[in-house]
Amino acid sequence: MTQRIDSDQRRFKDIVRGKIRDNLRRYISQGELIGKQGKDLVSIPVPQIDIPRFRFGQRNNGGVGQGDGEPGDPVGQGDGEGDGSGREAGDKPGDHALEVDITMEDLAQILGQELELPKIQPRGQEKIESKRVKFTGIRPVGPESLRHFRRTFRRALRRQISSGLYNPKNPVIIPIREDFRYRSFKEDTKPHYNAVIIYMMDVSGSMGDEQKEIVRIESFWIDTWLRSQYKGIESRYIIHDAAAKEVDRETFFRTKESGGTMISSAYKLCWDIIRKDYPSGEWNIYPFHFSDGDNWSADDTMQCVKLLREQIIPNSNVFCYGQVESPYGSGQFIKDLRVHFRGDEDVITSEVKNKDAIVQSIKDFLGKGR
Amino acid sequence: MKALQLSDELKVWIPRIEKIARDYGLDFFPTIFEMVTYEQMNMLASFEGFPVRYRHWKWGMEYERLAKSYAYGLHKIYELVINTNPCYAYLLEGNSMTDHKLVVGHVYAHCDFFKNNSWYSRTNRKMLDEMANHAAKLARIGERYGFERVEKFIDRCLSIDNLIDPYLPHIVRRAQVSEEDDEDFVPEVKRIPARSYMDRYINPDDEIQRRKDKLVREHEERKNRFPVEPERDLMLFLLEHAPLDRWQRQVLAIIRDEAYYFVPQRMTKIMNEGWASYWHSKIMTQDVCDDTNIIDFAHVHSGTMAMSPTNINPYKIGLELFRDIEDRWNKGRFGLDYERCSSMREKASWDKRLGLGREKIFQVRKIYNDVMFIDEFLTPEFAEEQKFFAYGYNRKNDTWEIKTREFHTVKKQLINQLTNGGQPVIMVEDGNYKNRGELLLWHKFDGQDLKPDYASDTLRNIVAIWSRPCHIRTLIDGKSVIWSHDGERFEESHPA
Repeated sequence: MTQRIDSDQRRFKDIVRGKIRDNLRRYISQGELIGKQGKDLVSIPVPQIDIPRFRFGQRNNGGVGQGDGEPGDPVGQGDGEGDGSGREAGDKPGDHALEVDITMEDLAQILGQELELPKIQPRGQEKIESKRVKFTGIRPVGPESLRHFRRTFRRALRRQISSGLYNPKNPVIIPIREDFRYRSFKEDTKPHYNAVIIYMMDVSGSMGDEQKEIVRIESFWIDTWLRSQYKGIESRYIIHDAAAKEVDRETFFRTKESGGTMISSAYKLCWDIIRKDYPSGEWNIYPFHFSDGDNWSADDTMQCVKLLREQIIPNSNVFCYGQVESPYGSGQFIKDLRVHFRGDEDVITSEVKNKDAIVQSIKDFLGKGR
Repeated sequence: MKALQLSDELKVWIPRIEKIARDYGLDFFPTIFEMVTYEQMNMLASFEGFPVRYRHWKWGMEYERLAKSYAYGLHKIYELVINTNPCYAYLLEGNSMTDHKLVVGHVYAHCDFFKNNSWYSRTNRKMLDEMANHAAKLARIGERYGFERVEKFIDRCLSIDNLIDPYLPHIVRRAQVSEEDDEDFVPEVKRIPARSYMDRYINPDDEIQRRKDKLVREHEERKNRFPVEPERDLMLFLLEHAPLDRWQRQVLAIIRDEAYYFVPQRMTKIMNEGWASYWHSKIMTQDVCDDTNIIDFAHVHSGTMAMSPTNINPYKIGLELFRDIEDRWNKGRFGLDYERCSSMREKASWDKRLGLGREKIFQVRKIYNDVMFIDEFLTPEFAEEQKFFAYGYNRKNDTWEIKTREFHTVKKQLINQLTNGGQPVIMVEDGNYKNRGELLLWHKFDGQDLKPDYASDTLRNIVAIWSRPCHIRTLIDGKSVIWSHDGERFEESHPA
């Protein structure tokens, strides 16, 4: 039903989207959305959306309530800021904010617009995904739940009129077995593209918390974008130091090992996963690798290049390597990759110096539309 | 908006309940009931009761909030009624017949309140048309000057729509004193009474002269002050003195008009809801319900009466306080004799059989507002019975805690909360601050600090209207500060 308020609601949503777009770079570099992600919705603190007025701060005021309890009994939780933190979070001048929910789809759309990301051209065949039941016709037999009342009635009426059983003064219609009509359905299958993202991360000692936070933020946005491009999408996670293993998402971002680094171990495992689970004719494959660029030896690097060139790249849409800067890493690996894959469109490398560089890095990875 | 049909049963019950209400002495404008869907109800609620408002995203924001909270089952709006003549009231489709009857009784009492409470005596009873006119006018202005530009200006006006003078509609100003009178200004200094031989020591001449000079100086200063006395209606001040285009003036005037319309509602929330609940409860239990639906009634009624540990429920305390007043005036529990009586036992069984209760509550509904209502009729016994307490923030545990049940503290806190509708009182102090045409506001501090982030953004909006930097003088943590905004930056300074 259309209502007068619809246009106001649309306008409000537009304003929210506009504000998110304006602040997108900040959201990305601060990573504040990640903790607030639900299944389909993400809740975003949007600055200056409601109308500001002079008003009282709650903290030093309190109020009056009703009910049982002794002095000292708690009646409600604070906003998570304990003693010593001074003013409350939203109590600094400048930015009063309101939490607004938006769908992941909208968020991806905003990301795409703001970073001018092209739509991805999927490759391979479309894989069959879902069966949908569609009511397409009418048939004389079927379950009672699918009975088509109007058709049944019409047939009964027609039969009674033609056989002279219809009395306009007492218009009783009694359908018999032959009058009944039922809806018939067809299973409809909708083909579409499938995709998998394989995240690999160096968890050796030289990768610190800040480096991992960058990976975490970046993977959130890569996920958001790719999910908006493909219907069925899977994510796999590989961590490695001198050896590689597959882990779940939680472990991926939490693990800290201390050993050395052998990147080839991760690439080997990655190739095993692809070969086993994702026949490349049917899947769009996105391997992402993040490390600080330190590798064990030049030999291992050569082995990586070989694995990439012969196995992983021919089977993937694009191979992405992100190098986060760390005080310990030599940063050599990205140089090696650039030398070996000069001019190769299937390999994208990106250096992420700090959180502010995440935006550019996302753009590097996803800006090719592959 | 197309309303749904009222059911035949309702068409019978509405006039029946109307008659019952009139027999109780309620006196209201003709009231028109309309049945609406929950979507329409949410829309009407977002529009603050009116079917047509000017286009603005803030209604959309409220609608989103209501739609979401309705979908999650967090709220349901049973009824809406607007203060117009005739009154319009909306019933929610899908409610039970008992709900509808309750709402009808409730609505008639609201209408009686609108018509008779003196704080409503100056409201425009044709506001339905007025709101629609405003909508059309703003739409025209939007077409002419650009929708987004006008919207932005509306945002700014809304940002100060609480900075008005709630008493203004009730004050008849005297004519301005003419300028000539200033010539005759004779400073009068109070002398301390003393015997003549002591006078020259107690009131030394040079001190008297010093004070006289001071008064003259102050008088001169006041003469040059602009505004002469601090003004409470910032919207009016801007309307009269800000350098605005014609269309901007029109927009500001419309927003101000609408803001004034809602002032009495804000001043009488507890009384209005209390009065309506008192009567729906009386009508339902005495006249309407029978054995078959009294339980349904009790169920809904108790739902509206829920107490909350962090808030006061205006329905609940309004209703209970009206009942308490009725009971006290019936039994003669007021006046000197009663208050001076020191025997608890005598007080507890005090009953002079005056039977003045009903008359008293009708008088109360006529002349009081919430602050006066609480101030005058809240008794220690009542506060204890209603389990009132004051709560405050505990920094150490990051929780809100019960602070005390002591009567005076609770009452003071409650009145604080109700004063000016819980909004800070802010005055225009100086329209030519620092002799640079800047605007200085003054927050009349009453123990509650302003929220700086909101203050900063509000100041920025005022700057956009006033077109010069704006400042506000207030106290934070007991220290005097001035917050300033020049349109770009926010600054805090500490006056000497």
